[in-house]
Amino acid sequence: MTQKKPVYFMGINLRKLRKSIFSKTTYRGIVAVIATVILWELCARFEVPIIGMIPAPSSVFSSLVEQLQDPAYWECWVVSYDRVLSGFIIAQIIGIPLGLIMGLSRHLRDLSFPTLEILRPIPPLAWVPTAVIFWPTPEMSMIFVTFLGAFFTMVLNILGGVKNIDVRYIRSAQSLGSSGFDIFRRIVLPATLPSLFTGMTVGMGITWAVVVAAEMIASRSGLGFLTWKSYVAGDYPVIVIGMISIGIAGYLSSAVIRLLGDRLTPWRKII
Amino acid sequence: MSAHEHISGNGGPLQGGEMQITAVSKSFGIGPLRQQVIENCSFTLERGKLTVLIGPSGCGKTTLINLLAGYEAPDSGTITVDGAPIKGPGKDRLVVFQETALFPWMTTLENVTYGPIVRGEKSKKEVEEEAMHLLRKVGLEDFRDKFPIQLSGGMQRRCELVRALINRPKIMMMDEPFRGLDAMTRELMQEYYVRLFEENHLTNLFITSELEEAIFLADRLVILTNRPASARTVIEIELPRPREFKLLATREYLHYKQQALEILHEEALKAFSSGCGATVADFLEAYSEVESK
Ligand SMILES: Nc1ncnc2c1ncn2[C@@H]1O[C@H](COP(=O)(O)OP(=O)(O)O)[C@@H](O)[C@H]1O
Ligand SMILES: [Mg+2]
Repeated sequence: MTQKKPVYFMGINLRKLRKSIFSKTTYRGIVAVIATVILWELCARFEVPIIGMIPAPSSVFSSLVEQLQDPAYWECWVVSYDRVLSGFIIAQIIGIPLGLIMGLSRHLRDLSFPTLEILRPIPPLAWVPTAVIFWPTPEMSMIFVTFLGAFFTMVLNILGGVKNIDVRYIRSAQSLGSSGFDIFRRIVLPATLPSLFTGMTVGMGITWAVVVAAEMIASRSGLGFLTWKSYVAGDYPVIVIGMISIGIAGYLSSAVIRLLGDRLTPWRKII
Repeated sequence: MSAHEHISGNGGPLQGGEMQITAVSKSFGIGPLRQQVIENCSFTLERGKLTVLIGPSGCGKTTLINLLAGYEAPDSGTITVDGAPIKGPGKDRLVVFQETALFPWMTTLENVTYGPIVRGEKSKKEVEEEAMHLLRKVGLEDFRDKFPIQLSGGMQRRCELVRALINRPKIMMMDEPFRGLDAMTRELMQEYYVRLFEENHLTNLFITSELEEAIFLADRLVILTNRPASARTVIEIELPRPREFKLLATREYLHYKQQALEILHEEALKAFSSGCGATVADFLEAYSEVESK
């Protein structure tokens, strides 16, 4: 083989990283994004019905330049990210142990599962009024609603992950002499990691959806509010900027989770 | 792998145990759904012998292994190793499962060293040295840092064999270990396995539904009855060791095969008359598969 020696930086193979950044997949993605923008511009220019009503990229761009220089715009990013991360992280802190315990203990599962299954179908946004009433500050109620978005997904994914562990792994481990906490640490935890990351990916998506909607309903800050405010003010290009910002923010969050997942479960995907 | 080197490497020869299965029964389900899978089954795994258990698929072979390994308890009957009743799973009786049960999140080396390390018997360095010694013998030394999905089916089986052997079990139990491998790999694995056995003469239980494989490997062939399973006949296979594939063309081999086929055929007919359609199909399939070779 004529492969070059890998160069490592902080445990990352730089050659592979370069290859994956400047890959055909990346180029194709960029080409598709550019094509979409061109198509959108054309739709606006030729006033195609309905879709042509969206402000053209050219007009969005000039207003984007303004926005990027406005600290208030960046403040929206910070506020929304703050809410998403707070709710998401609390959901992990409570949801992961709860899912594990429910998966491992039949009694606790029997006790908590029915309640959970009744609460789960309630859309997080339906909690907004109660949350606003019961939590002392509006910010706390926002975080609570965000938390709910990720919480149920986490619990159910982890519960499913634990229950679906191949019994032969547990049996082999027992035969080989491990028991109790050892099996938990060496078998149950790693076997559940893939479902944990699935839960995180789905949960992160729900969290952004919830935050944006909640900001439109019950807040005066954040990317969701920016979008809504621009609608009320009739500033159409900024609506588009708000939407695309939300898209990019969600994409970045998922990308981080995917990276983390690939890093921590290297046995699933061999590059 | 040199034929004169012991697989046990640094730790001296392996010591086989004797397992006695007496009047074991096991059923699943309750009421009308109750299904007697094993009934009044008795046989012995003689020390240092390779006992092959043959029966059609679905007759209860895996259930039997689960009982012997201590994963499940029999409804009645006793299972002893060297005279002492078994209590749950233990490292003296290790199982190589029907499909690979290597831990997917551990590398080859981590899988192999799992047992000794969790039991904390030796230092990590010692254990790893021994593991590498064994991995070299089965040609896996270059794959020490690969995950199971990066190994071929045959490599996974070899890795699993080593993961069991490093614990110096008294009894090795193999549940249709080569099923699902392609014909070439399967033949290779049979040869690997029979060499390992002939070097160590560890007490082995090998389960299969293929008659040719069964006779090729066995010192003693236990033929199971149809469900509910019990040991119907034991045939002592007195073919010379080391076993070579050319044995399959000898008169002695054909004699054993004929003898076994007659019994299998009888069992199939019995299943017919008891009107148990699905199992008959299984039985006849196993039968014709063997005969067509
Ligand atoms: N845990 C279980 N619960 C209920 N039925 C089972 C269980 N395990 C096995 N059986 C039944 O026992 C029979 C024998 O299964 P098995 O031992 O896997 O057969 P084999 O390994 O010979 O193919 C099957 O009919 C199966 O349905
Ligand atoms: Mg089976």
